Amino acid sequence: MTRIAIDPVTRIEGHLRIEIEVEGGVVRDAWSTGTMFRGLELILRDRDPRDAWVFAQRACGVCTTVHALASVRAVEHALGVTVPPNARRVRNVMAAVQMLQDHVVHFYHLHALDWVDVVSATTADPVRTAALAGSISDWPGAADHFASIRDRIKRFVDSGQLGPFGHGYWGHPAYQLGPEANLLLVAHYLEALDWQRDVVRAHAILGGKNPHPQTYVVGGMALRMGPSSPTGLNTATVGQLAEIADRARSFVQRVLLPDVELVARSYPEWARLGRGLGNYLTYGDFPEGASSRPYFPAGRVLGRDLSRVLPVDQAQVVEHVARSWYEGEGARHPFEGETRPRYDGPEPPIESLAASTRYSWLKAPRYDGGAVEVGPLARLAVSYASGHADVVPAVDALLGRIGVGREALFSTMGRIAARALESGLLADRLVAWVAELGAAVAGNDLAVADSTRWDPASWPAEAKGWGAVEAPRGSLGHWVVIRDGRVANYQLVVPTTWNGSPRDAEGRRGAWEEALVGTPVVDLRRPVEVLRTLHSFDPCMACAVHVHDASSGPGVDLRVG
Amino acid sequence: MGVDPDAGLASSLVARGISRRRFLAYCGSVTATLALPARYATRVALALQDAPRLAVVWLNGQDCAGNTEALLRGARPTVSQVILDLLSLDYHEVLMAAAGADAERARDETVTRFAKRYVAVVEGSVPLAQGGIHCLVGGRPFVDVVREVGDSAAFTIAVGSCAFDGGLPGAAGGPTGAVGVSGLVRGPVVNLPGCPVNPENLTATIVHYLTFGEPPATDAQGRPLFAYGDTVHEHCESLPHYRARRFVREWGDQGHRAGWCLYNMGCRGPSTPGNCSAIRFNEGTSWPVAAGHGCVGCTTPRFWDAMSPFYTRGGPRPLEPPEALPVPDPRPRPAAPQIPAESPTTTTAGAPVPGPPAVASPDDGGGGPAVPIAAVVAGGAVAITAAVIRRRRQLEAEDVRDTEPEETP
Repeated sequence: MTRIAIDPVTRIEGHLRIEIEVEGGVVRDAWSTGTMFRGLELILRDRDPRDAWVFAQRACGVCTTVHALASVRAVEHALGVTVPPNARRVRNVMAAVQMLQDHVVHFYHLHALDWVDVVSATTADPVRTAALAGSISDWPGAADHFASIRDRIKRFVDSGQLGPFGHGYWGHPAYQLGPEANLLLVAHYLEALDWQRDVVRAHAILGGKNPHPQTYVVGGMALRMGPSSPTGLNTATVGQLAEIADRARSFVQRVLLPDVELVARSYPEWARLGRGLGNYLTYGDFPEGASSRPYFPAGRVLGRDLSRVLPVDQAQVVEHVARSWYEGEGARHPFEGETRPRYDGPEPPIESLAASTRYSWLKAPRYDGGAVEVGPLARLAVSYASGHADVVPAVDALLGRIGVGREALFSTMGRIAARALESGLLADRLVAWVAELGAAVAGNDLAVADSTRWDPASWPAEAKGWGAVEAPRGSLGHWVVIRDGRVANYQLVVPTTWNGSPRDAEGRRGAWEEALVGTPVVDLRRPVEVLRTLHSFDPCMACAVHVHDASSGPGVDLRVG
Repeated sequence: MGVDPDAGLASSLVARGISRRRFLAYCGSVTATLALPARYATRVALALQDAPRLAVVWLNGQDCAGNTEALLRGARPTVSQVILDLLSLDYHEVLMAAAGADAERARDETVTRFAKRYVAVVEGSVPLAQGGIHCLVGGRPFVDVVREVGDSAAFTIAVGSCAFDGGLPGAAGGPTGAVGVSGLVRGPVVNLPGCPVNPENLTATIVHYLTFGEPPATDAQGRPLFAYGDTVHEHCESLPHYRARRFVREWGDQGHRAGWCLYNMGCRGPSTPGNCSAIRFNEGTSWPVAAGHGCVGCTTPRFWDAMSPFYTRGGPRPLEPPEALPVPDPRPRPAAPQIPAESPTTTTAGAPVPGPPAVASPDDGGGGPAVPIAAVVAGGAVAITAAVIRRRRQLEAEDVRDTEPEETP
């Protein structure tokens, strides 16, 4: 039995430490530790509830915008405000752009280097790379293009200054793509950098800037909107949005999806590894149409059973702190939630936390007593089990092309595929929502905020509300208690708190702790397999934090990376 | 203007497929942007042309990665050019391939091998309470890492508001004793506050160092004058409405749609330093006031407490009523970019700037840069300068019309 610590885990947002026990080349146990705490919930107390979204948005700059949306929804829920349809459309467009941008950045810039060997790409044949590219997509890619990328990377590697590619696990036997596939994906890594910069300009049009767009208000959007408005959303910028949406859809369908399929075909064993809890939850999101029905429905799928969808009720959500660095032992619903940090871990430098009772700044959310996985795979599983008219054929088609069954979804590769599949579906909706906004502008239907509850004098002495968002990484909830016009309590339960949670009072593991168990590790000093499963959840720690501690116990044998 | 680079530079430019005239025009403009005498253009040209990739160690503390994401939005140069051509981003937890102890090895190698020659960038605040246990990296308190990396750097850039003064984690109610970087490290610190920073200001700061071997001139708060020398208000497109007393009264009202001033909706622009209104965000696409929401004052000290509540004028630090505020002088100030009309390098100012395409096509997106990185960087500076100048001229023109206040609806 060897205990290994990976700290810092990189290519994620925020600060994560993973400890694993390996025996016989397989992970036997895992501990997930969020190692940073800010106290956002304490800082939010006594603020003006209309300001809360500005603070809450800073929970995360990677999944920017989603906390702003959850916050205004929570306060609107508490105050009984219904936003105008235009505000709903603008919010959908911003959330969809965020999800597409985030999923593409995750695949190419945060996850691909677990599957793609950059150094191998320098030995690729550009002509054969172009042939491979042409066989999976009509996206342009001529041999001389690939030759120039290869030479650029080669010069970079030969310079001896590898920058962000330094000290990677290049040459590890777990890398199974050929040089041409590696070069193709490195080329798309670079193209995706430019693509993401372009698509988030939609946030600048609608939100003034990105990261951290700045036009949310309680009641709608603070957006200048009109066919001839000098700035904001006008006839010209509607056109720009439409072009951006088209470019977003084109890249997702012609680059991301074929590339993910290529990786999935090349790593078939990863459709059987990293299976995890098998229980999935989603709040549902992207309300559309006259009934504001969510495009991705709410629900739970338990035990990987796609024949049954169970309902979701926010009242069943609790957070445990028994194994986290907070005062208290029991589990509390977010309305009654507390954030009283109390680090009782070892004095740094930290050797090991695995034997500690409390070992993370993350709390442990549980639904109806159980741990669940949230995220793209949860959304896809619930949509599929609900018989979603777009999701079912998209999933079946992909599984059919790869030649695997539905059980392959519940895996490390399944999470990656789910992320790409929902990107493709959402890209279509994005185009439609932009068209709706364009029609509203053209038709002088310009209501974008409801100010009836703007004045605090119109508020009740006490109000409670919650706001849910399906963020790129999964189900996000904000809970707010307003008393005498101020925030009396504010709690966030975020996707990575669900997925990266430590054990709860009953000792049950969180989602990726569970998914890591059973993962093979060929080379203890270069545990790329652990990173594969971990990154398939797209960890995002800053907002997840709420730590966990350890008491004295055996130290780690290796600190690796 | 006396630029006469040696034959080596000229042939190098030709070899890289860029005309000598065009490259020198860029260099002249970056010189102007930095408010330096024209004779420095040669130095800019030589420095940018010959600079090896600058080693950078980017640390993340109590952060949200918003400044990292901002870096990914950089347009001039683009992020792929920054990562592959301008910088050697030897340590950046969000982007680097290596993990764990291997990642720390990469960081330690740069700190040793490039001592006093690398730039440290710190994103996020530094918690000091309880010995720093609220942010541990590699099992160690973040403050120890900041000191280790910052002390040996040529200089440190505190990027974003949290690294500036503790930012959000340092706001009232925050239990972690969060502070900014200034005062923690021995070397010079340049503060680039903003939530997050505008990436064009980050790259401009780095280009200044590459060219002159020192960070740009700053104000008393350590903020570079080229970016924080004016207020947001001075270049705001709603300034004529402000002067005419045309104020938005309610979200979505007629005035809001027509671009009127957001002062009464809480805008903090009049007391907020920054070039947001001049250079805007995301390739110059927009900025908050243009989109429709007031400035929240994110470049000012302790802004989370000092500027909030954001929608009322009677916050903890009430601003003067508009009548009492001085009307800004729209003429360029000494510290601001100056483009002398007779300079041969100003032909691009105020006009579309020749440069790389805003969005790379699939056929050239990842290939070698169409123009040298130096030219791209300098091209960005031209665009910033041009935006400022254009705005100032526009405001001067509008001044004539905005003498009679109108009724608000």
